[in-house]
Amino acid sequence: MCLAIPGKVASTEVKDGIRTGRVQFGGITRQACLDFVPEAKEGDYVMVHVGFAISVVDKDEAERTYALLEAMGLLAEELAPDGAAPADS
Amino acid sequence: MPPTINTNATSLHSEPVSSEETKDLTAFSCPVPLPARERILLGHGSGGKLSADLLQQVFLPALGNPVLDRLEDQAVVSVNGIQLAVSTDSFVVKPLFFRGGDIGSLAVHGTINDLAMGGAIPLWLSAAFILEEGLPLETLKRVVDSMQKAAADAGIQIITGDTKVVEKGSADGLFINTTGIGRVRDGVSLSASQARPNDVILVSGFLGDHGIAILAEREGLQFETQVNSDSAALHTLVGRLLEATSEVRCLRDPTRGGLSSTLNEIAASSRVGMELDETSIPVREEVRGACEMLGLDPMYVANEGKLVAIVAPTAAQDGLRALQSHPLGKDAAIIGHVTSDHPRMVVMRTPFGTTRIVDMLAGDQLPRIC
Amino acid sequence: MKYLDEYRDARIARALAAEIRRRSSRRWVLMEICGGQTHTLMRYGIDELLGDSVDLVHGPGCPVCVTPLETIDRAINLARRTDVTLVSYGDMLRVPGSDTDLFHVKAEGGDVRIVYSPTDAVNLARSLPDRKVVFFAIGFETTAPAHAMAVLQAQRLGLKNFSLLVSHVLVPPAIRTLLGSPKNRVQGFIAPGHVCTVVGCRDYEDLVREFRVPIVVGGFEPIDLLEAIRMLVIQLEEGRAELENQYVRSVQYEGNRPAQEAIARVFESADRKWRGIGSIPESGLFLKPNYAAFDAERLFDLADICAQEPAECISAEVLLGHKKPTDCTAFGTRCTPDKPLGAPMVSSEGACAAYYQYKRHLVTL
Repeated sequence: MCLAIPGKVASTEVKDGIRTGRVQFGGITRQACLDFVPEAKEGDYVMVHVGFAISVVDKDEAERTYALLEAMGLLAEELAPDGAAPADS
Repeated sequence: MPPTINTNATSLHSEPVSSEETKDLTAFSCPVPLPARERILLGHGSGGKLSADLLQQVFLPALGNPVLDRLEDQAVVSVNGIQLAVSTDSFVVKPLFFRGGDIGSLAVHGTINDLAMGGAIPLWLSAAFILEEGLPLETLKRVVDSMQKAAADAGIQIITGDTKVVEKGSADGLFINTTGIGRVRDGVSLSASQARPNDVILVSGFLGDHGIAILAEREGLQFETQVNSDSAALHTLVGRLLEATSEVRCLRDPTRGGLSSTLNEIAASSRVGMELDETSIPVREEVRGACEMLGLDPMYVANEGKLVAIVAPTAAQDGLRALQSHPLGKDAAIIGHVTSDHPRMVVMRTPFGTTRIVDMLAGDQLPRIC
Repeated sequence: MKYLDEYRDARIARALAAEIRRRSSRRWVLMEICGGQTHTLMRYGIDELLGDSVDLVHGPGCPVCVTPLETIDRAINLARRTDVTLVSYGDMLRVPGSDTDLFHVKAEGGDVRIVYSPTDAVNLARSLPDRKVVFFAIGFETTAPAHAMAVLQAQRLGLKNFSLLVSHVLVPPAIRTLLGSPKNRVQGFIAPGHVCTVVGCRDYEDLVREFRVPIVVGGFEPIDLLEAIRMLVIQLEEGRAELENQYVRSVQYEGNRPAQEAIARVFESADRKWRGIGSIPESGLFLKPNYAAFDAERLFDLADICAQEPAECISAEVLLGHKKPTDCTAFGTRCTPDKPLGAPMVSSEGACAAYYQYKRHLVTL
């Protein structure tokens, strides 16, 4: 478990006592319950599992860690541009 | 004198989809007699392995003949030297109306396409309706008007038909069967058994639009999308392709079961392997989003306005350009090639350069939560 | 799609794989717990990328697979009742019970429906006041908050026709059982990132301390898993055993408090049977007594339904990582996705199904 994918909160509303949002996943939109992420606002990305947002994507952490991965990717490409494993592996 | 009807196909008893699976299944169920417990499942209509089993276990043993046994999307028979293509299809889609189409236009396009995949110019359709008691007349009128428009746009006529009414609860509103007759273009011979190693595999555009458009309207899965069903008549697109090159081996429209079922069928029929390039397979952003959300693979999602073409390597560029020059083929792409490796197996090269199998589904693809 | 596509970057994947190959001085045995992670590993051929540098073993991460046989039989029993509408996630429909599955029950006329979200099940109950709507609530901790909310919403709406057939399992006790077994070969774990998004990392830190085994909380995209594997390999090479978090964009150490509160309000833990494994202490979630009105086990007469597991299926061994699907004598022959003997072959998340679907061309049967 479990299938959860990141989506962008396009709008929020409270209905029947539940806070929901319209969340966009690459071109499709679906309602998701935002009760577990009270801090989520329009423009935030949330991880949605079975129609419920379970976390707000931490943009800063994502950026920080991804920058390191990208650097690794670029470096590896410089050392072995055809994608081959480095000589000492 | 009665016309001479020549069933001219060589008796090509169709191979089971995959020999391993068939060996297993006979261990569990003998075709005759069927175990009393066995029932038809929704999966039997999904275009995947269960559907193939049904053919092998019920229909072919009872009805088999050289034409039927070829199991192409259309039957080609010769009447006084003229090659006629005949095809039949039933339409049971729910909901009846969806973004980009309805059961009526689908019923016209679907059978036109089956004829077109055999290289035939569609000429006439019949239309038989099974109506559920209580169906609003207005609904029926909407559907029939849609059929008329689809037929007129395609330049064909619906020349005969039938109507039956069944009790409330038996028919989901409305079922339609259309049967079509077309004339095979001179010199054209297409078959799923003609794919050869090094042949190139083309698709005419974005995959998965129809299936996702339908799913979006189903209860329990509600999501908003701008995706329209791609339901369309493909015979003029086929015409464009066949004019550009004579080296087309096979055409198929990947409907239920998606691209993967179609390719697996061709691979089995031709006894060849296939290798696809995942990054080349065209899928719209919205379809991808819906598939990600539901845990579906676009390779298995139905299309109603796309074709797969297997062409000789020398014809690939001409074929691609021909497709792209037509409004229904502007997003056409080369997605892979036929190989003599791993016969009957379709393999995909992932963006990482690793490989995985693209298997035929057993039944319907299910949205998953894991 | 943002936060998805960039974690499928081929160049970074190759770089990570090369780094893992470079750093491994021996073939470490690593396990990912979650079926969704297994799916990604198979789909992108990560094992192929890593070659012999790592031995990837797949854990009991499929709540569909580990749902006990008798629970499936109970769901089937309910689905056959003419006044019941059984609502389920897609994956469950093909899982074999003792003698049939929900798909067949649907074919026989049972009212079985698929939903994507428990909210849809509640809405269905609202729209069908004359039907008894039973929602087959399976999952790990990730899905428990959503199920809790479904119960609370049904209560708020005053629904009298809605109940849950619960089969929730908790991951840490399963890992404890695994690590406690003398047959265990696993040296490092990738913890399930979405479970941890909900419950946090504390339980896994406890496991690290108790068993001195490295655990990295990992995401679900290929880059996430490769990075988690890299972090594990480095720990193992350096002789460390710590809890690390790879999935920082979604997982915080404390987890999701509102979600945890929802679970605590509605569920309590108790011993639970896992299919093919047996009973694991404190490994299941059950509805609290004050929510009895929403508990299908209490509302319907199901206690007599018990089941025996088939002998040939080695689900248990596969789920615990002792064996690979390909070690099973029935794999790909008597047990295929069409005619599965056990749940790991049916569920698209099951290790056996993943192997069969993506990798069997590499196996000589």
